[in-house]
Amino acid sequence: MRIPTLLLRQLMRLVLLLACVSSLTFVLMSNSPIDPVQAYIGADMLRVGEEQRAAIAEHWGLNEPPVQRFFTWLSAIVRGDFGTSIIYRQPVVEVIQEKFMSSISLLMIAWLLSGFIGFAAGVAAAMKRGTWLDRIIQWYCYALSSTPTFWAGVLLLLLFTVWLPIFPVGLGTPIGVRADEVSWLDRAYHMILPAITLSLVGVSHIALHTREKLIEVLSSEYITFARAKGLSGLQLVWRHGLRNILLPAITLQFASFSELFGGAVLIEQVFSYPGLGQATVEASTRGDVPLLMGIVLFSTCFVFVGNSIAEWTYRIIDPRIKEWYKHEA
Amino acid sequence: MHLLDIHQLSIAFESYDFRMRKRTMPVIRELSLSVQAGEILAIVGASGSGKSLLAHSILGLLPEHAAISGKLTFDGQPLTDRRMRQLRGNQIALIPQSVQYLNPLMRVGQQVEEAVRIGNPKLERQKVFERFRLPQAAAAMYPYQLSGGMARRVLVCIAAVSGAKLIIADEPTPGLDEQVAQDTLLVFQQMADQGTAILFITHDLTAAAQIADRVAVLHSGELMEIAPASSFTGEGTALVHPYTRALWQALPQNQFIHVKGWQS
Amino acid sequence: MKRSYLLTIISASVLLVVPLLLAALLSSKGLLSQLDARNLSPSWNHLFGTDWLGRDMLTRTMKGLALSIGVGTAASISSAIIACILGLIAATLGKTADRIITWLIDCFLSVPHLVLLILIAFAAGGGMKGVILALALTHWPSLARLLRAEILAMKVAPYVIISKQLGKSSWWIATRHMLPHLLPQFIVGALLMFPHAILHEAALTFLGMGLSPHQPAIGIILSESMKYISAGMWWLAVFPGLCLFIVVRAFDMLARSLYSIIDPSRARQ
Repeated sequence: MRIPTLLLRQLMRLVLLLACVSSLTFVLMSNSPIDPVQAYIGADMLRVGEEQRAAIAEHWGLNEPPVQRFFTWLSAIVRGDFGTSIIYRQPVVEVIQEKFMSSISLLMIAWLLSGFIGFAAGVAAAMKRGTWLDRIIQWYCYALSSTPTFWAGVLLLLLFTVWLPIFPVGLGTPIGVRADEVSWLDRAYHMILPAITLSLVGVSHIALHTREKLIEVLSSEYITFARAKGLSGLQLVWRHGLRNILLPAITLQFASFSELFGGAVLIEQVFSYPGLGQATVEASTRGDVPLLMGIVLFSTCFVFVGNSIAEWTYRIIDPRIKEWYKHEA
Repeated sequence: MHLLDIHQLSIAFESYDFRMRKRTMPVIRELSLSVQAGEILAIVGASGSGKSLLAHSILGLLPEHAAISGKLTFDGQPLTDRRMRQLRGNQIALIPQSVQYLNPLMRVGQQVEEAVRIGNPKLERQKVFERFRLPQAAAAMYPYQLSGGMARRVLVCIAAVSGAKLIIADEPTPGLDEQVAQDTLLVFQQMADQGTAILFITHDLTAAAQIADRVAVLHSGELMEIAPASSFTGEGTALVHPYTRALWQALPQNQFIHVKGWQS
Repeated sequence: MKRSYLLTIISASVLLVVPLLLAALLSSKGLLSQLDARNLSPSWNHLFGTDWLGRDMLTRTMKGLALSIGVGTAASISSAIIACILGLIAATLGKTADRIITWLIDCFLSVPHLVLLILIAFAAGGGMKGVILALALTHWPSLARLLRAEILAMKVAPYVIISKQLGKSSWWIATRHMLPHLLPQFIVGALLMFPHAILHEAALTFLGMGLSPHQPAIGIILSESMKYISAGMWWLAVFPGLCLFIVVRAFDMLARSLYSIIDPSRARQ
């Protein structure tokens, strides 16, 4: 199939998916016992009269039947209007954009780090199969999958800000400085610890996968022959092993956007990092329905992009190699 | 002096059954043979007779759960695991038995070039491709794009460019058409004339008798007989062991005699 | 090999029973504030120390763990039932049902799990009910997918086809051929769901979803502890988290060992 056709089909899938997720979300929300007006008013309850409440409900169209509300909401979304965030008093799109911009560097660094570290650890474990190094790496990966992400964050926070005060106690920016005056160095400094935590949590899947694949490759006939040619050790793995395991690893890493986003929600909460994850938590604890719905749809797109790239890595690379991978799978 | 000397080599595989009891399965029993420089020694046996394992054991490529005993000597010095690692690829080269031994994700040319030990890899590769009548364009291809015969020739090329003193050819001819198979055998003979020792492992007794100086016959891991190739003529009366004689006589161009009890 | 699996299963079970027993045995007095015993570091009287209100952290941790185990069990059982029903429907009720359910599974898997949990917990109005509902409604897709695939594969397996040709009834085939194969898969799948459910329960309560601050949930304890770790009260964060880790790890090992015993050829990890 040609690339444009594929792109179009992928786009169709996204639209269908978003329609499904948004109707699911809407059904959930409209059956929710939470009163959006009350959530909006919050602490000002006592000072707001009955008429004002009715006016707010009217303004949001809360008195109309759910189906009509759904289509009003849907048509607004199609026009790119996700409504106004209650907490930030700003259009949802702007809030998400701003918060995501703040999160994206954290996400990218953690994603790259976990990919590299996990891949390297997997290769090391497979090459030293059966040794203490292999056992430690495996044990670490399994232990990590049982560790609550946020607890790992709390422990690192405890370690690096209280016992060994190297890093600041969170907050994306120093206190008392306006957001636009913060230098990138300061930002980076505040981002290191959350990024490291998020990446440490993400290595286990890729490391175990890489280890298993490489062990499989190392027992293959072409590796035996490469050894007969006199290759050994790192040279052997570099020339004959890596190209055969790299692509599945990259694919897996792209398919992990869902865990990455979930991890960011928890880690941003632990380190009070002002990103999209924290906004998700705030939206839910403070009843910001439009923002929460916006974030649900946005994160779905985020995961979809990752999964699509994962599927597409096979098409993007050399078609001849693609043939072989397809044959193997 | 012998180039390679194998003395009382035994190989067994150790495995554990479901009750964790150790079981040993012998595959080669007390095998002794030797090859001289410039000699072609054919090792003939049916599949399952342990031929390929013999090849791998000389190169130190057996899997970890294989138990090996016996003494190997190469060029007058004991062939230890360490020495095997040093020698393979430059003194001892392998022609593996199937195309599966080529890396499916590496261009063929590169796989040949990385085996070159002396001289310019690219130049040597071009020379060897010419010698085995492979088109130069094949260098840029991946193994799956080659025909079976071409891929086989690539395997032979890899051994040829290494400049090894001993080449172990593990079933190099099946899948080649008659002409190319004959060419390959001819190349072996040329290499042997230039002083290379060749261990020619095959199940094709005819080919073995045609090019080898001596033929060793292997049956379920045991050496039946080593006979000069000249013994494989007529009714095979010069052959000592009844199995060897039976094998020779069973060939279609001979008498096609089915001898009870020796078919494997 | 089997003996070591058995040993794992026994020790993991013990590790799981301990918090339940302790939670039942320790009196609720430890949950009340004791103003003369505030901010104590761990000692023989208070193994896990006390918090800023003088509450005994061992009692809070164990009660919290018992709550987590309870919530995790309820949630994984409900999720397993959902998975079972949907998997069966998808595999047996024809193409349309299969398509709808496969699409539903894809839908659920395409929203980040944690975001989905937050959404459902929020929409259910928070509280304990919200947390349980969220956990129960989101852990089924992978098991449902597995069961569906298993049944579809078995429908064309040679031994089933032969049975059919021999004139055996569908009921006979289902109970004699399919059930013995599916049951272990289902049990292990449900067991493997449990560690996830517990971790997600802790994450949700940590984020402030649901449970009231007075309930001793592990997530709440840990999120409270964050305010005090800069004051050096490390025990508030370390012990409860460690206990949670041990419980999750124990259950994970238990499930994997069971898997290895039931189906040695497939247990990879």
